[in-house]
Amino acid sequence: MKKLTAAGARLRRGRTVRAGTPRRDAKPPRRTARPVERRTITVTVNGTAYARAVEVRKTLADFIREDIGLTGTHLGCEHGVCGACTILLNGQAVRSCLLFAAQADGAEITTVEGLGTPEHLHPLQEAFRDHHGLQCGFCTPGILMSTVAFLRETPAPTDEQIREVLSGNLCRCTGYQGIVDAVRDAARRLRGRA
Amino acid sequence: MKPAPFLYAAPETLDDALTLVHRHGTEGKVLAGGQSLVPLLSMRLARPRVLVDLNRIKALDYIRNGREIRIGAMTRQRTAETSPVVREKLPLLAEAVRYIGHPQIRNRGTIGGSIAHADPSAELPAVLAALDGTVVLQSRRGRRTLRADAFFLTYLTTAMAPDELLVEVRLPAHDHLGTAFLEVARRHGDYALVGVAVVIERDGDRARRVRLAFTGVGATPARVEEAEAAVVEGGISDRSFAEAGRIVAARLTPDSDIHASAEYRRHVAGVLAERALRAAARRAGGPA
Repeated sequence: MKKLTAAGARLRRGRTVRAGTPRRDAKPPRRTARPVERRTITVTVNGTAYARAVEVRKTLADFIREDIGLTGTHLGCEHGVCGACTILLNGQAVRSCLLFAAQADGAEITTVEGLGTPEHLHPLQEAFRDHHGLQCGFCTPGILMSTVAFLRETPAPTDEQIREVLSGNLCRCTGYQGIVDAVRDAARRLRGRA
Repeated sequence: MKPAPFLYAAPETLDDALTLVHRHGTEGKVLAGGQSLVPLLSMRLARPRVLVDLNRIKALDYIRNGREIRIGAMTRQRTAETSPVVREKLPLLAEAVRYIGHPQIRNRGTIGGSIAHADPSAELPAVLAALDGTVVLQSRRGRRTLRADAFFLTYLTTAMAPDELLVEVRLPAHDHLGTAFLEVARRHGDYALVGVAVVIERDGDRARRVRLAFTGVGATPARVEEAEAAVVEGGISDRSFAEAGRIVAARLTPDSDIHASAEYRRHVAGVLAERALRAAARRAGGPA
């Protein structure tokens, strides 16, 4: 999908100008794309494909919230410290405030809305509920996305590993102990399910 | 939208990227993993007119084995961390990379980006200096290879010309050497208050060659050659390591900031040097 867009953009930009002067012996025309201020991107968010024109300075976090309308991804610090905006980009946990939407062209994104529904919580979400892994809930989407990727790679984590991955997310309510308990228990539940 | 407006290009080939930095380098910025640059853009501390994004260039993402391991500049830190080649041949890098930010940061952050950014408290510049590795810079004018001491000029400033890209990092395989990386930060994943990379070439109770490179204590990775010499002269012993630590604490000239005073940093540097020397000697084989 991304390749089509890129090739199309090139066609629109270059070929029409050169169409009248075909010189087969000459070097192929320079195709280095000119830097742009806006771009049309296609991303798949929680299984749904979206094509949108965006300003290139718009972060992926703002794009997800404002252009796609999924406000479960929260913005705390907006410079990569707090981790509230963590999402999955092609399966990997990343800070969506440290990426531009234009960079996600062609990517597959999962946000907290893609984890579970209020009726059918993800086992990780159930564990957070059961262990008081959240209080105000602001940081929770980012923590869930960080840990869902982590548990996929590390199905039987030690407490130290859990604490290490949680070091990338700030929580000002819980004191973290409930979160550690929740992640430990979620690992157990997910192992049982697999 | 927090960053000031800019123009954006995401070339898919190195050739195109070199053309773009050739055209726009002086008024532009190169975007690698973005884990340092995007915050600077969002805070408008950096306001480039053009952003050249290297993330689509697959040819800059590789780890090539050999006596010298060659790492493509756009190799993610997380990829290096989990690479069997890095774990086996570059134990110092494998150890240091885990101190960089958090896993979520290392999923995006790149080996080349961290070195090109030249943050004075970053881990990888110290690793490059301790291992006497090199960086390969490329422009449309050609390629050149620089050592750490020629590459890092001062805070966030390197010898790279505006039309150059850092394309590769080369580190010598050092599975036969004893190495250690230690760091003290306020929280795990925070910027280092002080960090040290140690390399020891051990021959029984003697140290044939020792290198100590510090991060967080100056504008560029800091070596303390007098301390290195003390270990070569004194041999592998707790006493010579303690002496090296004392020299380090006496010779380094870090700055004070809101995170730590200069005096504290000097003290911690000495303690870390001693501990890292002991760990490196142990890993090089034999009692220490």
